[in-house]
Amino acid sequence: MNWFVSMLGSSIGKKLMMAITGLSFCGFLVAHLAGNLFIYGGRDAFNSYADHLHSLGPLVNLAEIGLLTLALIHILTGATLFYENLRARPDRYSVNKSAGGRTIGSATMPYSGFFLLFFVIFHLFNFHFVDKTHLTIFDIVSKAFSNPIYVIFYILAMIIAGLHVSHGLWSAFQTLGANHPKYMPIIMMVSLVFSLIVGIGFGFLPVYISLIA
Amino acid sequence: MTKTINLTLKVWRQQSATIKGGFETYHASNISTDMSFLEMLDVVNEQLTLDCREPIAFDHDCREGICGQCGSVINGRPHGPEKGTTLCQLHMRHFNDGDTIAIEPFRAKAFKVLKDLVVDRSALDKIIQAGGYVSVNTGGTPDANAIPVPKEIAEKAMDAAACIGCGACVASCPNASAMLFVGAKVSQLALLPQGKPEAARRVTFMVQTMDELGFGNCSNERECEAECPKEISITNIARMNREFFKAGLFSSTR
Repeated sequence: MNWFVSMLGSSIGKKLMMAITGLSFCGFLVAHLAGNLFIYGGRDAFNSYADHLHSLGPLVNLAEIGLLTLALIHILTGATLFYENLRARPDRYSVNKSAGGRTIGSATMPYSGFFLLFFVIFHLFNFHFVDKTHLTIFDIVSKAFSNPIYVIFYILAMIIAGLHVSHGLWSAFQTLGANHPKYMPIIMMVSLVFSLIVGIGFGFLPVYISLIA
Repeated sequence: MTKTINLTLKVWRQQSATIKGGFETYHASNISTDMSFLEMLDVVNEQLTLDCREPIAFDHDCREGICGQCGSVINGRPHGPEKGTTLCQLHMRHFNDGDTIAIEPFRAKAFKVLKDLVVDRSALDKIIQAGGYVSVNTGGTPDANAIPVPKEIAEKAMDAAACIGCGACVASCPNASAMLFVGAKVSQLALLPQGKPEAARRVTFMVQTMDELGFGNCSNERECEAECPKEISITNIARMNREFFKAGLFSSTR
């Protein structure tokens, strides 16, 4: 298995790990957003969705362990890449100018990534690691978003998540070697649309909750 | 009549690899807009020599855009602002009278500055060496059409082979990665039947050597593709990735 470790440890191997874990998170975002849409069904609909989800028991724990593993790989590999890439150019240019390849998403990848790490921790302490014996999840959510600071922070975080995904999604396909003249334009388009769905889809939820709260 | 312009140059001067460098300002007067960028530097150097000052050292050879020797970073852009152009083919008509131009060497940990704008790009040669050989059978001359190669594939291989190894991809990459160079070199052989027998070991060792030499990691910023004087596409990077996974998972090369 030595060859496998050295393959994953190479520059392309690290990209591969970022791509696979990143794509998995895109899948997670779809499931998360689909679940969150129950909020539009009102208090009972959302609470019953949460109950159904938690009635899956061990499957939820398994998914959580899986997500945590993916997150650790994505974060540690990403941090390594960020550090190595800084070291690859010890003397910087005095004039920096883009030739038009970079986008805001691609240029901010490590920074938006670090921000999202802190956001996810904050988000988990907000809604996951809370005492749910007396309050339903809908009450916790609607109480949190009655505070405008929370609403603004969450909207900002979702814009950054959209930005991160806008580069990450197509980039994962390129890394996996899936760059084809017929499909690449479609992949680029899907990435853009998906990042808008993430940004607007998640970003509008706090606004909606604060309006009905 | 030929138009002439006056320019202010901010040039990176560095005596040797070990001595710290810095920018110095020079004035380039009465520069014909028909000159190439390197000819403009020749004029500046002539004046410096007459003034008993050290001329600016820069790499150049064919001055036809095909050898890959020249290249400096002009106002933050390797080979200057024109698309698909080497520095020797960049003409002064793309600049205006009174412009200030910053000229820096290619910067990367793997490219050591030797003097002024001259950098050591032998790291790219080391990657090529790691790629090894292509088997060519000896014996009677085979018919030219003995190995069929579809035109589209031949063209893709030729597009990859257009790489002149100037290092602008490394210089322009925000991470100083050499993936476009290695991608092109892997692709030009991986696409053709002649390159198939050694494909697995070639890609494995070239990537390994690239990593050892201290190049950064690709993050698909696409600056290399936009800056490459030969307009090599990042589809070559995707192809290298495919070749690398294929070699890593399905060949006996380790």
